[in-house]
Amino acid sequence: MRTICLYFQVHQPFRLKKYRFFNIGNDHYYYDDYLNESVMKKIIEKCYFPANEILFDLIQKYNGKFKVAFSISGVAIKQFELYAPEVLESFKKLAESGSVEFLAETNAHSLVALKDKQAFCEQVKTHSQKIEKHFNQSPSVFRNTELIYSDEIGEMVSEMGYKTMLTEGAKHVLGWKSPNYLYYNAIKPRLKILLKNFKLSDDIAFRFSNNAWEEWPLTTEKFVGWLNNLDPKEEVVNLFMDYETFGEHQWHETGIFDFLKFFPETVLNNSNFTFSTPSEVAEKLQPVSAIHVPHPISWADEERDLTAWLGNDLQEEAFNKLYSLSGKISKCKDPAILEDWNWLQTSDHFYYMCTKFFSDGDVHEYFNPYESPYEAFINYMNVLSDFEIRLNTAMPETNTDKELAKLRLLVAEKEDLLKKYMSEVNKLKLNISKPKTSGTKKASSQATPGKTKTPGISKTGRKNKKVTRVKKK
Amino acid sequence: MKILMFGWEFPPHISGGLGTASYGLTKGLSRIKDIDVTFVVPKAYGDEDQRSVKLLGAGDIPITKRKLNLKNFSKAMDYLEVKSGIVPYVDPEDFWRLSKKEVSGRYNFIQVDSEGKIIFSGKYGPDLLTEITNYSVVASVIAEENEFDLIHAHDWLAYPAGIAAKEVSGKPLVVHVHATDFDRSGGKVNPDVYAIEKKGMDIADLIITVSNLTRNTVINKYHIDPAKVFTVYNAVEPLNEIEKAKYKKGTDEKIVTFLGRITFQKGPEYFILAASKILQKMDNVRFVMAGSGDMMNKMIMMTARLGITNKFNFTGFLKGDDVYEMLRLSDVYIMPSISEPFGISPLEALQSNVPVIISNQSGVAEILTHAIKTDFWDIDAIADSIYSILKYSALTKMFTKYGKKEVDDLSWENSALKVKEIYNKALSLT
Repeated sequence: MRTICLYFQVHQPFRLKKYRFFNIGNDHYYYDDYLNESVMKKIIEKCYFPANEILFDLIQKYNGKFKVAFSISGVAIKQFELYAPEVLESFKKLAESGSVEFLAETNAHSLVALKDKQAFCEQVKTHSQKIEKHFNQSPSVFRNTELIYSDEIGEMVSEMGYKTMLTEGAKHVLGWKSPNYLYYNAIKPRLKILLKNFKLSDDIAFRFSNNAWEEWPLTTEKFVGWLNNLDPKEEVVNLFMDYETFGEHQWHETGIFDFLKFFPETVLNNSNFTFSTPSEVAEKLQPVSAIHVPHPISWADEERDLTAWLGNDLQEEAFNKLYSLSGKISKCKDPAILEDWNWLQTSDHFYYMCTKFFSDGDVHEYFNPYESPYEAFINYMNVLSDFEIRLNTAMPETNTDKELAKLRLLVAEKEDLLKKYMSEVNKLKLNISKPKTSGTKKASSQATPGKTKTPGISKTGRKNKKVTRVKKK
Repeated sequence: MKILMFGWEFPPHISGGLGTASYGLTKGLSRIKDIDVTFVVPKAYGDEDQRSVKLLGAGDIPITKRKLNLKNFSKAMDYLEVKSGIVPYVDPEDFWRLSKKEVSGRYNFIQVDSEGKIIFSGKYGPDLLTEITNYSVVASVIAEENEFDLIHAHDWLAYPAGIAAKEVSGKPLVVHVHATDFDRSGGKVNPDVYAIEKKGMDIADLIITVSNLTRNTVINKYHIDPAKVFTVYNAVEPLNEIEKAKYKKGTDEKIVTFLGRITFQKGPEYFILAASKILQKMDNVRFVMAGSGDMMNKMIMMTARLGITNKFNFTGFLKGDDVYEMLRLSDVYIMPSISEPFGISPLEALQSNVPVIISNQSGVAEILTHAIKTDFWDIDAIADSIYSILKYSALTKMFTKYGKKEVDDLSWENSALKVKEIYNKALSLT
């Protein structure tokens, strides 16, 4: 059997608003709602809606012969709930077709797998529950944030009960081997590994509209021709890409939607390839060998490593600072804090701090709200500083923290009281001022004839105050 | 190739970036085999080298000629000084005001120097424009008496000299724009200065600007054909062996430094406003404004009004090594310039491992990636950047790791090579 496995990633982060140091301790809302909503709306219009519609039609048309898989991050689902529940409905419709598989990932689209096993498992569980709730499927296939994978991460995933995991077919890991077979984890042989064919995937995702590319323009016939040229023993071609490829990374005008529309037809008519979901591939194929990945790989940049997120001092410091809080977080029950904790872990925040783009590609610029990685770092650290203060207030551990927490509560209470008193004072003032104004007016007009009345009032007022103060002393 | 170069100032008598830049460039050029530079400066002070040859030019204007054998120069350079009272960084009105009274100091009219009190009035010309004309008269004499292939004039005071030399000799003229009056005046452009600048640019065969920012000004405000304007970025001298610090930091406070002339162009008030914001949130920090200038008193008043004088220091003008001493004590360097054609000082700060914050309105922002860039008016952003550098150590780590390297990769020799290409181009035009 020869088959194609299509998987699309759906993810958008909660981008942070401009958060200055003087906001620390005063302002506990971190997100740029306008930006997030407008980016989301734009992508929905350009990509999610039209692409979902095409996929739905194709699934109807080929009646079980055309299949795809999605991984939708928890952050994206949350944003759909907030800004566009209709998109969620459209994905649900795809789920009901029976030809679409939904994968598990971390709820926050985080890098937590590199840091904290327990937190990782919890995030995956939360995400699976979300998928089950919305799409009525219990995921059996896992894909980690940015396809980050190592033997150890695979081991954790296997222990959680997942049977299959996706990752990048990185050259430096594969060597002479081909990504077009099924592999298994080096520690837990029962965990099957699907490897992205990055050459063919990126032909669509990155090079499709590049007219400097010698293969441009890319047609479905040409692409299927390449598939037919593969070694006949090779069993599976994994085409993994961002869903935003359709309509957003590659604009509608490039013909990407036509490519998508005619792809299944060309494949089914001109080749002996079928379409399968990741779990079907894992079920039907026999794994050929173990794959050894001692150091984490990802699907990013030329290096296929972690340097896009954890490649410089800024990223390391932000990452370590963030996870230095996990001890307290594990005991914290405050839902608002836990929610922010989630969205602060999203990998994109670290991606924006990447300094590689000074030399590397413009992919990093994509939807990046910052002008420089330094700005991204500063903004994130300011937010994190405020978050830490909140967490310490909610979960005081050391004595000073406890003292501070108490004082902060006191201050907050006093401020509330002050506000209350102020409003009462204002009310009373209003009541008093009516009968009294005529009296002061007279006084002022006597004291400073010819001058305007209002300054006169304030003058006498000030004098009165002074007098009372002296008396008190 | 023999170059006749007209400037305004040359070490040790420098008052700002132009002197540093023309010194660095001539030094870079001295390393190029087939280039010889004769450098001419107007100079009104009496500390000329006694062994030097005296030349007398037209109009009774004395010219001093000497061979300069400078450290790190690969060959000796002819150095001509023209007796003239041209003072950099002033416009004609200021000059008139200055020339009415006694001014102490050398080129720097704020700093007190006991050696040479100079009266500007009368002797060489009643106003700056006459001085410039005198300079150009002498320039034509020099042009007649010396052999050269090309003329290179630095900034507007030297353009008329360059033009005169071109008229006498018929050799191509390259003018080097380190700043325009739009930068110096903050919009209130002096029409006389503009006219001199425009004439220089019009007559020049080719124009060198110190940044694309300045290049755009030259093209858009002086209506010069873009095809004859080229950007050559400045560089910075490699730092000498780091000597032992003269001063120890007396406190454990972090120090944030502004270093430059305290004038409108440099945006000192934005620094003060940002400082006042930071001091509301942070205690362990001190702000230093090093330099002097016409806005200094106003700035001192401003800090007093904001009530931050206990955390804000003015050092006055810093000379030579004191600049590096100041940088060595600093944790952050800031240049919030409103209009900065290039701005060498952030590079010097980076050399001393001090992270820098620079305004987007500076030419140096075009070549530095490992620096924080904000708009000069964005006080919140400036304050936030200072706070973050002091608070989040990874920033300093990154800046010192990569920023210093970025600066070390700049060299005057590379700039000089680019200038040489422009010389060749100018020669091929005629």
